[in-house]
Amino acid sequence: MPKTPPERREGSQPASNLPPLSLHIPEPRYRPGDTPDFGDIDIPAVEATPRPGEATKPEAMRHLCYGLVRVLDFDGEAKGLWNPNLAPDRLRSMLRTMVLLRAFDDRMFRAQRQGKTSFYMKSTGEEATSVASTMAIDRTDMVFPSYRQQGILIARDYPLIQMMNQIYSNRGDHLLGRQLPIMYSAPEHGFFSVSGNLATQYPQAVGWAMASASKGDTRIATAWCGEGSSAEGDFHSALTFATVYNAPVIFNVVNNQWAISSFSGFAGGERTTFAARAVGYGIAGLRVDGNDPLAVYAATQWAADRARTNNGPTLIEHFTYRAEGHSTSDDPSAYRAAQEARAWPFGDPIARLRQHLERLGEWDAERHEAQAKELDELVKTTQKQAEKLGILGHGMHQPFETMFEDVFEEMPWHLKEQCAQMLAEQEAKFGPDWKPE
Amino acid sequence: MADDTKTMNMIEAINSAMDVMLGRDDKVVVLGEDVGYFGGVFRATAGLQKKHGKTRVFDTPINECGIIGVAVGMGAYGLRPVPEIQFADYIYPGLDQLVSEAARLRYRSANDFICPMTVRTPFGGGIFGGQTHSQSPESIMTHICGVKTVIPSNPYDAKGLLIAAIEDNDPVVFLEPKRIYNGPFSGYYDRPVEPWSKHAASAVPEGYYRIDLGKAATVREGEAVTVLAYGTMVHVAKTIIDEMGADAEILDLRTLLPLDIEAIEASVKKTGRCLIIHEATRTSGFGAELAALVQERCFYHLEAPVERVTGFDTPYPHSLEWAYFPGPVRIATALSKILKD
Repeated sequence: MPKTPPERREGSQPASNLPPLSLHIPEPRYRPGDTPDFGDIDIPAVEATPRPGEATKPEAMRHLCYGLVRVLDFDGEAKGLWNPNLAPDRLRSMLRTMVLLRAFDDRMFRAQRQGKTSFYMKSTGEEATSVASTMAIDRTDMVFPSYRQQGILIARDYPLIQMMNQIYSNRGDHLLGRQLPIMYSAPEHGFFSVSGNLATQYPQAVGWAMASASKGDTRIATAWCGEGSSAEGDFHSALTFATVYNAPVIFNVVNNQWAISSFSGFAGGERTTFAARAVGYGIAGLRVDGNDPLAVYAATQWAADRARTNNGPTLIEHFTYRAEGHSTSDDPSAYRAAQEARAWPFGDPIARLRQHLERLGEWDAERHEAQAKELDELVKTTQKQAEKLGILGHGMHQPFETMFEDVFEEMPWHLKEQCAQMLAEQEAKFGPDWKPE
Repeated sequence: MADDTKTMNMIEAINSAMDVMLGRDDKVVVLGEDVGYFGGVFRATAGLQKKHGKTRVFDTPINECGIIGVAVGMGAYGLRPVPEIQFADYIYPGLDQLVSEAARLRYRSANDFICPMTVRTPFGGGIFGGQTHSQSPESIMTHICGVKTVIPSNPYDAKGLLIAAIEDNDPVVFLEPKRIYNGPFSGYYDRPVEPWSKHAASAVPEGYYRIDLGKAATVREGEAVTVLAYGTMVHVAKTIIDEMGADAEILDLRTLLPLDIEAIEASVKKTGRCLIIHEATRTSGFGAELAALVQERCFYHLEAPVERVTGFDTPYPHSLEWAYFPGPVRIATALSKILKD
C-alpha cells in the first residue's frame, strides 16, 4: 500500500485560524454573451516611454518590461523617443505588405472552407508583428518562426505561389506534401522550417545565434512563439542558454491573448507581463504595442542593434489580439465574447498605419482602395496558377516513393523494403501506369 | 599503421575521435554538461577545450532540451555539433528535440535543412548507478524515424564509429556502454576487471579512420548458434560461450539502425539458432525487433525458437543490480536450452 502523509483529522481545525486552502483556476474576464470592456488596460502615453541606449544593462531597463513601447498615438501621429522616422516610401511598403498579407489570409481561409485544403491559420490583427519586425532586421538574419508568421515570408518577397503550393500540398509544393498547410520552409529567405510542435524553435534559434557568434559572423537570429507556448520548457531552456552565452538573438512573444481557447492567464499572464520573463534571466525585455507597426519596428530595430553589437538577447512581448479563430478548426464564439476584437483598445494595425500615412499627406482613400483591389487581384491570379498544380484531396500529387525519401540522406534497407511494399499496394490499387496527378 | 597506433581504453578512443574531428573540421563543436574545462565526468572530453578552444568545446547549462535544441540550430547554421548527454538516463528532457525536431528536420523540410548531430551518451548498468544512471534506452532511439543508433563495444570500434557518426549528415545517437569504458567486462562482477590493454581492440590508430555505420562485426565464428549482442553484452556473451565451449557465432551489431540484416540473416541461416542478448528491459526491447526479423527472414532455417536474454522489466535496482544484470547464469541457461532444443 502506498503511504500517505499525515492527514488532517475529520472535524478538526487547522493548527491556526487560517482559512482552508483554495485552488485558483484562471478565468478570462469575458465569455460568450458578455460585453467586453478593456477600458482598464493601462496604456501609457506615447511620449512616456523612455528609449535607453542599445547597450543598456538589462537591470537598468526593467521598467520597459512592464510598460509599453508606442510610436503611433490613436490619432495616427508618430511621436516620442521610439519614433523610427521611416521615410514615406518605407511606410507605404509596410502598409502594402500588411494589406497583401491580409488578402492572402482571407483568400486561403476561404480556400480551406471550399475544401481545397485541410487547414489554415490567419494572422488577422497581428500583421504588424511579423511584417514590421521583419523590415527592421536584415534579410540575411535567420528567423525561427512559429505557425502564424507568414507575414515574414511575404515581407521578404517569398513567392506567394510557393506558399499556396505548400498550403495545397500540390505538385509545386517543394515540401512534397509532407507538412500540414502553413508549415513553410524557406532557407533562401532566412526562414527556418516550421515545426508544429510549440516553442521547439526557441532553443534552435539560440543555437543558430551561438553558431553565428562563434564563427564571427554578423547575422543574428530571431525566434517566435505565442504567449501560450511561452509556458513550454523549450522557452525557458532557450532563455537560459541565451543569457549564458549572450547569444545574438531576438525572442518574440506574440501575446495575442488566446491560445486556442485558453486565455493568457493559463500561461501566467494574470501575474505579470510576458516581457517580464526577461527579468529573471537577466536579459533585456521590451513590451510593445503589437498593433502599432512603427512601435514593433522600433523595438525590433533596437533589439537587432543590441544583438549585433554583442550586447546580447532581447525578449519582445508583442501585446496584441488574435482577431479571429486559432485556425480553420477553431470556433472562438464557443469560448470568448464576440465583441472582444472590436473592443480591443489598440485598434487594427493596418488601419492605424493607413491613418498615419494619410495624416502625413502621403496616402489617401483612393490609393488605398486601388491598392487593395490590386493586391486582391494578385492573390486571386496567383491562386488560380497554384490550383493548376493541384489541390489537397483531389488526386495524389507526389510520386509515392517520395514518402520514403529524406528520412535519411541515403535510404536504408528497411525503408527500401517498405517502399517496395507500398508501391506494390498502390500498383494493385491503381494499376501499373499510374502517375502523380 | 603500427607506428601511429596507441593503446587506448574506450574513453581515450572516444576522446581521440573527437580530437581528430575537431582538428579536421572547424564546423565540429562539442558541448555538454561538464565537458569543457573539466573534461567530462567520464573524462571523454579531457584536454579538448584546452587544445581546440572554448568556442569549440564548452560547458552547457543542465538542460538537455536546451543542449539538443541548440545543437539542432547549430546544425541548421552549418556546424556539426557533438552534444554529450551526461547519462542516457537524462536524455528524456531532450527527447522532443530529438524525436520531433532533429530526426524529422530533413524530411519535413525536404532537404532544406539537415541535422548532422551526434549525441554521445553513456548508458547501461553495472556501475552501481541505481535506476537513474543505468538505463539502456536504445529501443526508444531505434523507434524514432530519422535517427541512427550506434553502440560500440571496444576502443577501436568506438573511435572509428564515432568519426563516422560525426561525419554522417543525419542525427546519430551514439550510446557508450559505460561499464566497459575502462576494460571489457566478463559478466563476473566478483572477478578482477581486465584492462583494455590486454585486449587486441585497444590498439587504436592515433589519426583518422572510420568504420562505416550499419555494419556488424563477427566477434567469434561458430556453427551451432548465432548470438546477437552489442555493447557490454558482447564481452559477457563471449566469456560465457568460451567457458561453455559452445560452438556459437557472436555478431556484435555495432549499429542498431540501420541494422546489418545481411550479416544476421547469413549467420542465422548457417547456424539455425538465434540467441539475442541485451541489458535493456525485455518488453518492447530491441531484442523483440531482432526476434521478429529473424523469424520473418530465417523461419525455415530455424531449429529452435529464438531466445532472448535481457534485463528484467523493472527499474534498474541499486543494491541488487547483479541480480538484475543478464549475467553468466542467465546467458548459460538460455544457451543450454537453445542448443538442446
